[in-house]
Amino acid sequence: MLRKLRQQRAFHLMLVPSIILVFIFSYLPFYGLVIAFQDYNPGLGFHSPWVGMENFEHVFKQEKFLRTIWNTLYMSIFKLVGGLVVPVIFALLLNEIKHLKRTFQTLVYFPNFLSWVIMAGIMIDILASDGIINTFLSLFGLKPVSFLGNPSIFPWTMIVTDIWKGFGFGTIVYLAALTGIDPGLYEAALIDGAKRWKQTIYITLPLLTPTIILMAVLALGNVLNAGFDQIYNLYSPAVYESGDIIDTYVYRLGIVQAQYSIGTAIGLFKSVITSILVVLSLVLAKKVAGYRIY
Amino acid sequence: MVQDKSLGRRLFIFANYLILFVASLICILPFVNLLAVSFSGSAAVAAGDVVFWPVDFTTKAYEFALEGSQFLQSLWVATQRVVLGTIVNLILMVLTAYPLSKTKDKVMGRGIYMGFFVLTMLFNGGLIPSYLIVVKAGLIDSIWSLILPGALPVYSMIILMNFIRSLPEEIEESATIDGAGPMQILIRILLPLLKPALATVGLFSIVGHWNSWFDGIIYMNNPDNYPLQSYLQTLLLNFDQIMLRAGTDYSELLAQMNVRTGRAAQLFLGTLPILIVYPFLQKYFTKGLVLGSVKG
Repeated sequence: MLRKLRQQRAFHLMLVPSIILVFIFSYLPFYGLVIAFQDYNPGLGFHSPWVGMENFEHVFKQEKFLRTIWNTLYMSIFKLVGGLVVPVIFALLLNEIKHLKRTFQTLVYFPNFLSWVIMAGIMIDILASDGIINTFLSLFGLKPVSFLGNPSIFPWTMIVTDIWKGFGFGTIVYLAALTGIDPGLYEAALIDGAKRWKQTIYITLPLLTPTIILMAVLALGNVLNAGFDQIYNLYSPAVYESGDIIDTYVYRLGIVQAQYSIGTAIGLFKSVITSILVVLSLVLAKKVAGYRIY
Repeated sequence: MVQDKSLGRRLFIFANYLILFVASLICILPFVNLLAVSFSGSAAVAAGDVVFWPVDFTTKAYEFALEGSQFLQSLWVATQRVVLGTIVNLILMVLTAYPLSKTKDKVMGRGIYMGFFVLTMLFNGGLIPSYLIVVKAGLIDSIWSLILPGALPVYSMIILMNFIRSLPEEIEESATIDGAGPMQILIRILLPLLKPALATVGLFSIVGHWNSWFDGIIYMNNPDNYPLQSYLQTLLLNFDQIMLRAGTDYSELLAQMNVRTGRAAQLFLGTLPILIVYPFLQKYFTKGLVLGSVKG
């Protein structure tokens, strides 16, 4: 065995830099999780006094925290559903045309590549009370809508803009799946008298379903990430009640207010649930779609 | 396919083009608006006259951005970050993907190594413990705090690994017979073959580093060290203060350029690099996407 190791030495040595870096920056933070069970004091570091589950009890007693969980689930579930439906429809429509296919694809794919910082800057501008969207609405005699300042509208602004930014990505995935469908199937259907609509319902959609399920299952692991980048850049104290998600709450509490222990406890709670969901989604993906990441 | 020329079909095709056209416009018009605002006069913007075409054309907002040292400073930090970060990413990805592309009898413990890396995609210590590690490592205010924590992008590494596996094994075998060691094979033979795959994952890295802003905000105490996106993020919150700090005559500046035009110009400059590489991005991202996520 030792001789074998010596023969393979070069391969193992190649892995050393990655192992060291990943160990320091991904595995050492696991040790840092102990502060969720401590009353963390920066002076004492990881030797701060132990408090058991007290931080967790404290967090779960807060109505505010339960509300952030609700907000997180609410927004991410609608984003997930819309993020599946819109690209499927768009890909189906795109699949029907012959010209300009690439142009349309290029245009809708573009917003995917910009950071939420840039996007937020643009949205703050166009969604303002005197921005272009409200100017447009006023043409129809509608009152200006406070998209970012009204707590009952804010979550929907997040859902719609997130779907808007991301649907080009899904479209390309589904379009790739559509081009893989055997044209012979359509010809056979045509001979049987099925027009485009029937072909779509009985051939295209069923053949697209595995990809849709795969995308849905993989998105499941993300259900507790309702989009930190987006919400952090667009919210304000006026909409905390309906717009605060777990990640923004952890950031404000943990980093801004330096309540490290409480923040870590919430983060740990989220990590555990997310990990279970991710593992579950990968197992499901393998079962229903035969998908493996490696 | 047999052509269907019925009236219903034609109507559908027409409506379809219309829908696709409108949807595409909705994706692109906000940027046209941004561009128009950035080149417009302060008064016209304030009056809400600017839609998709600049009114009272002026480049004042761009002059302000490019004179203000803060914008250029953060652009420089972002450039350093993209270059250094992408180089580090590529080196580590290649060094990791090559051994892991081997079977377990060629590389002992391959499964363990793989598990070690993949686990970090599923679980992480969370925001605060990660922050504390960066503090402990003494990286606060150093550009390495933006590069080292994500030094190995595991997902891209897996794409690369799968690509190496798809290459014919004979190439390596013949090189081994000629007496080449693994490192020589990797550098002399595999690297040239890996070019298309490296372009794909390299672009992933470039865009990732260019667009990141949050790590800049938390790991940099001194705003002079902010990469561009982090600086733009603070710009969203307090543009007035940044204008004040610029020092020149504030009221005069305000007359020629307001918060909206000033912000629009800087945001547009922040988008420009992506726009330039977009043709390549689209091609390679689609490739990587198909390679990575929808293989059967």
